[in-house]
Amino acid sequence: MIRILVSREPIDLAAETARVEGGNVGAVASFCGLVRADDGVDQLELEHYPGATEAALDRIARTASERWSLQAATIVHRVGPMRPGERIVLVLTAAPHRRDALDACAYLIDRLKTDAPFWKRETRGDDARWVEARDSDTAAAERWR
Amino acid sequence: MALTILYFAWVRERIGQAEEVVTPPAEVVTVADLIGWLAKWGGGYAEAMAEPERLRAAVDQNFVGTDASIVGAREVAIFPPVTGG
Repeated sequence: MIRILVSREPIDLAAETARVEGGNVGAVASFCGLVRADDGVDQLELEHYPGATEAALDRIARTASERWSLQAATIVHRVGPMRPGERIVLVLTAAPHRRDALDACAYLIDRLKTDAPFWKRETRGDDARWVEARDSDTAAAERWR
Repeated sequence: MALTILYFAWVRERIGQAEEVVTPPAEVVTVADLIGWLAKWGGGYAEAMAEPERLRAAVDQNFVGTDASIVGAREVAIFPPVTGG
């Protein structure tokens, strides 16, 4: 079961986890990305491409479902303005055994970073700037090819 | 033929709008051609399209290289490399 959600609302980790448990699930792996406060960022704003973003996330989740034995894959990504400490993204995978859940979870977040249209803008005081894409993210995504 | 163009992130900010409908001339057949054509509009367009190697694109919501055709497309999006997650 694939669940994709792009929303301006805060991410409810407990509710999303509860959705994928049950049945004959033996392992749930999760990754949660938060807004870092360590370099003076007051606000992070996420922009997306409505329709195309959801389709890209769905494609990534479907590819993971073909590659690993999954009972559920959830990707929840927040958009709009958020503060340090708030959740930006949550990836959950459920599988009979841990290896599939853990590997698929890492795959989903690595591919999401390079394959889904989101753009981050950081604000520090009066200074706002768009975050540059990182080569290390491309390398992380490439290792799954 | 009428084509909807969507701009995101700093491309949108430099151009000053998120979306517009344009009618490119017949010789504009690829995304790269479109970027070059828009750059000639000057002002924010020239600024946004100044470094084509920093731009990515989608044609009818499929992510493509800038050598991809836009012939017959209804929607083209132009944006910087993505930074989600």
